[in-house]
Amino acid sequence: MALISVHRQLYRAAAVYSLAAFLTLTSLVAAAAATGVFQSGPDFIAEVFSITTSDPINQQSTAPPVQQKTLWLTEDIRSHAARILGHPLAGLRVRYSQRGDKTAWILEEIGKEMPITIGVVVTDNRIQQVKILAYRESRGGEVRYPAYTQQYRGATLTEELGLSQNIDGITGATLSVWAVNKVAALALYFHSLAIQQSDTNLP
Amino acid sequence: MKKQLLATFIGLNISAAAQAATPSMEEMWQLIQQQQSEIAELKQQLSDNDARIKETEIVSEATISAVEKMVTAPVANSKTTFGGYGEMHYNSLDRDDSLASKDEIDFHRFVMFTGHQFSENVRFFSELEVEHSIAGEGQAGEVELEQAYIEWDFASHQRAKAGLFLLPIGIINETHEPETFYGTERNNVEKNIIPATWWEGGAAIGGEISEGLSYDIALHSGLYLGAGKYKPRDGRQKVGEAKADDMAFTGRLKYTAIPGLEIAASVQVQSDVHQGEGEEIGATLFETHIAWKRDAFQLRALYARWDFDNAINSIVAGADEQTGFYIEPSYRFNDKVGLFARYSEYDNLAGSSTDTAVEQFDIGLNYWLHPNVVFKMDYQNQDAPGEAGYDGLNLGVGYSF
Repeated sequence: MALISVHRQLYRAAAVYSLAAFLTLTSLVAAAAATGVFQSGPDFIAEVFSITTSDPINQQSTAPPVQQKTLWLTEDIRSHAARILGHPLAGLRVRYSQRGDKTAWILEEIGKEMPITIGVVVTDNRIQQVKILAYRESRGGEVRYPAYTQQYRGATLTEELGLSQNIDGITGATLSVWAVNKVAALALYFHSLAIQQSDTNLP
Repeated sequence: MKKQLLATFIGLNISAAAQAATPSMEEMWQLIQQQQSEIAELKQQLSDNDARIKETEIVSEATISAVEKMVTAPVANSKTTFGGYGEMHYNSLDRDDSLASKDEIDFHRFVMFTGHQFSENVRFFSELEVEHSIAGEGQAGEVELEQAYIEWDFASHQRAKAGLFLLPIGIINETHEPETFYGTERNNVEKNIIPATWWEGGAAIGGEISEGLSYDIALHSGLYLGAGKYKPRDGRQKVGEAKADDMAFTGRLKYTAIPGLEIAASVQVQSDVHQGEGEEIGATLFETHIAWKRDAFQLRALYARWDFDNAINSIVAGADEQTGFYIEPSYRFNDKVGLFARYSEYDNLAGSSTDTAVEQFDIGLNYWLHPNVVFKMDYQNQDAPGEAGYDGLNLGVGYSF
């Protein structure tokens, strides 16, 4: 008899507390937008290229300007990109920013149902940074944590167009993990093309 | 002498030039005017060309973006999504006492997902399943609605849902696409104790408390154990005109801050599994698990325990406690092949003093033809009371998209 009332009380308490928690949460955050955008593209680019080495004052005057460039997606590029993504690449061109051998890319890839916006910085054919700029799915948001994204640092592109290092995934968010892996590899591939392009344009 | 010569030379040159062209002031003026008008004309042409180039740039930019929009539209702006998964199994099993065997081929699950994004923060998701390939009176299978709910992101990283949804308990209850787990059949512990796949109708909220720590709270329909029934698996009403005299509550905390690691614990409280009919029996489920993946190595371990009110012992003695656990290490050699072993034990009459536990050892491999397509092969050795365990081979093929 005592046990019966314990379960009832437990259930009632749980019901009351969860209702209270929901009402408090919704009233507290009713004004907060749920867009899932963490950083805008231009802000990301600004942040990436203002990172200076040892002498920030001199850097401003001596650093060459950041160039906004376009990579036109030719048939050959498309077929390589499709191998990396596992599906055809949409669009006709990709815009990117470059200074010297450093490029920054803002790319989108569908996780499960919604596109994830991912910023990738590549220096000297190695990933310097991966940052999730917008995440719109209701699950798998763990890919945006620095603990996760820092795993990509230093990764290069293998001959099979994959990443050179292992990325520990997230249980229950395999599709989001795959999407970030693909975009990281794609950025490495695009970077190699961008560097080729700027080398051939040299006088 | 040299200076003289130079002066003569310069003088000669000047006079020669003066003799060759000596236009009058008037001619000079005309010439200048003519040049001036040519310059003006050229300037006009240049500015016309500039305007045309600018216009061309605008036109090409507009064309390219329009084409890009058309090309990308079906992917990025698609509001209704469709997907699915399925798995077919072959079992060749013999009972330990040789009195029975199971040789069977079964398209165990064929599932279709349909989702719709109403707005950026309101969506619908559903899962419709045909189990065992054929449904109907006297047939082996069923057509089941496993998920159908509206989800609303009411704040950043906070969501609420209402409808029919999978309960946040265990590893495979919410994520069970065939390529995400090892073993042809789903593990016995989650199937017989939790019992997966388990969905109920109700309302839930979930979200992040801090980085890597999330919560889920759900109020939903409860189990209903009919006459003589005591196993949670037999109590699932599947939200089909389900008795809702006594509801249930499920809560979960999940820690995922470290890549590759998930630690979670769930608690469920059932207020009365008899739904007001006959003697009131409350119940509590506690479940905890770890899923840890490091490079090629993965470990999954889970423990679940039900505590029913003692009154359930009048149905079957020992049913007041029902427990199970498993431990499953695995090693993935490459993208294609992974090897696993699993030891599991579950007992739906753990409250009794007699040995009623079912133990099982599985070993096998998964072969991923594609990241979303898997072939499975495993061998099981089961020990159950009364030599009722089944040993043998399981084969499977599964996919999701």
